[in-house]
Amino acid sequence: MAYSDKVVEHYNHPRNVGSLPKEDPNVGTGLVGAPECGDVMKLQMRINPDTQVIEEAKFKTFGCGSAIASSSLATEWVKGKTVEEALSIKNTDIVRELSLPPVKIHCSVLAEDAIKAAIGDWKKKHGSEVSEAETARAHD
Amino acid sequence: MAVKLPIYMDNHATTPVDPRVVDAMLPYFHEKFGNSASRNHAFGWAAEEAVENARAQIARLINATPKEIIFTSGATESNNLAIKGAAEMYREKGNHIITQVTEHKAVLDTCKRLEKYGYEVTYLPVTKDGRIDLDDLRRAITPKTIVISIMYANNEIGVIQPVEEIGKIAKEKGVFFHSDAVQAVGKIPVDVQKDGIDLLALTAHKLYGPKGCGALYVRRRNPRVQLASIIDGGGHERGMRSGTLNVPGIVGFGKAAELCQTEMPTESKRLSALRDRLKDGIFANLDEVYINGSMIHRLPHNLNVSFAFVEGESLLMGINDVAVSSGSACTSATLEPSYVLKALGVGEDLAHTSIRFGLGRFNTQEEVDYVTGRVVEVVSRLRELSPLYEMAKEGMDLSKMNWKTA
Repeated sequence: MAYSDKVVEHYNHPRNVGSLPKEDPNVGTGLVGAPECGDVMKLQMRINPDTQVIEEAKFKTFGCGSAIASSSLATEWVKGKTVEEALSIKNTDIVRELSLPPVKIHCSVLAEDAIKAAIGDWKKKHGSEVSEAETARAHD
Repeated sequence: MAVKLPIYMDNHATTPVDPRVVDAMLPYFHEKFGNSASRNHAFGWAAEEAVENARAQIARLINATPKEIIFTSGATESNNLAIKGAAEMYREKGNHIITQVTEHKAVLDTCKRLEKYGYEVTYLPVTKDGRIDLDDLRRAITPKTIVISIMYANNEIGVIQPVEEIGKIAKEKGVFFHSDAVQAVGKIPVDVQKDGIDLLALTAHKLYGPKGCGALYVRRRNPRVQLASIIDGGGHERGMRSGTLNVPGIVGFGKAAELCQTEMPTESKRLSALRDRLKDGIFANLDEVYINGSMIHRLPHNLNVSFAFVEGESLLMGINDVAVSSGSACTSATLEPSYVLKALGVGEDLAHTSIRFGLGRFNTQEEVDYVTGRVVEVVSRLRELSPLYEMAKEGMDLSKMNWKTA
């Protein structure tokens, strides 16, 4: 199976690889997927509590090239967005941008879940309401 | 010396045709193109002579007689013919077949089909090293058992089954022993007499011959095995397999078998040294790597390794100038990780990280060193990207985590 140029590009030059201190009150961490399924994504964001703007985003992913590309793209997209804007990112946007084939759609779903989980974690730290989708964290 | 890219190291999937084999085949396309079943002219005789010569070459490689070699389209057909043919022929004796869980699908799915027709199949488990337990086999045999089908060596992990012991047990109990030997024939000594094998599947394209050409060894004495045919027609191949023979393919198969027999002693030594060099190079430079299956009972050219915390498909993508294969779900049609590794008790998390290296006649030491370097480089890079590697390094027990599975 051939990968799209954009997937290859992100795989070869992943953006924003790394980790943020997860105890930091302004950092939200989303960890989704499972090793047995062959995909685990960790997405972290540093969010300014006053402006609600995502100032920094980092990821680490265990998974196929499409999973790496989906999470790399997600960090690029959320950076500079407000929490509300980031929550509106849909997995289908990622599918379209990376031209993912049907068997790889779950990678984009995981990336969307990771965004929501990271924001959910941050909201929890700030005592705000967390929707069900935003609790999709495996950290506890 | 610069290596030529891409490098092929997936010789369990198929092998390139040896140029000497191609040379032997060429006259049989245009010049000596006859049908070996044409009994009344020189074209047919020339083809028949070539086929009989190849039959003898192949028989010699496995210590059989030429009349015991039945040509087919490949090992999938040979396995089907062996198991279905015996099942039908000996239906009055019984309806029980014994096989094991890490067989190729050509055997497993054949057995599943027979289950639909009222046969009973026992699927023996394997131990952690990939081999069956002989006591399990003894216990599984009943008066209704017709055939035991256990592969010679596995296509993913290269693990060699205790074939000679299985042959003895089969003989003792009066049960036929069929072995899918595609990965072993031509690579290690296979002797149907010493191993007590009654039916044996082999194929040309795994031993530097052409694709589309296989054979089934069918024992003719002590005991004589009879098979019901699964392809009916002109009654070729002693009535067991109708259809005009693929003469150029068979000629190539014969030549390939002859070359394997001549070169096996030096080739297997060379390949096992290269394989060990690859293994040692990987283990010297990476932590958290695990061999899948026995290292003792193993084909000389196989290496199957799990690179913990690095998903197999992403690793293949990184070493895209090297052709190997992975047990990762993402590389399979079913989206399930390797059932072979699962049967060994390898966790799904590690099965997703497995890579199979299959060395072959045309691989060089320079290529092995290049591949080692690329694998180490890409695994290291992907581990920097892996949240699991980071968590493991922090001392977290990943198996105790509460993963949210979709």
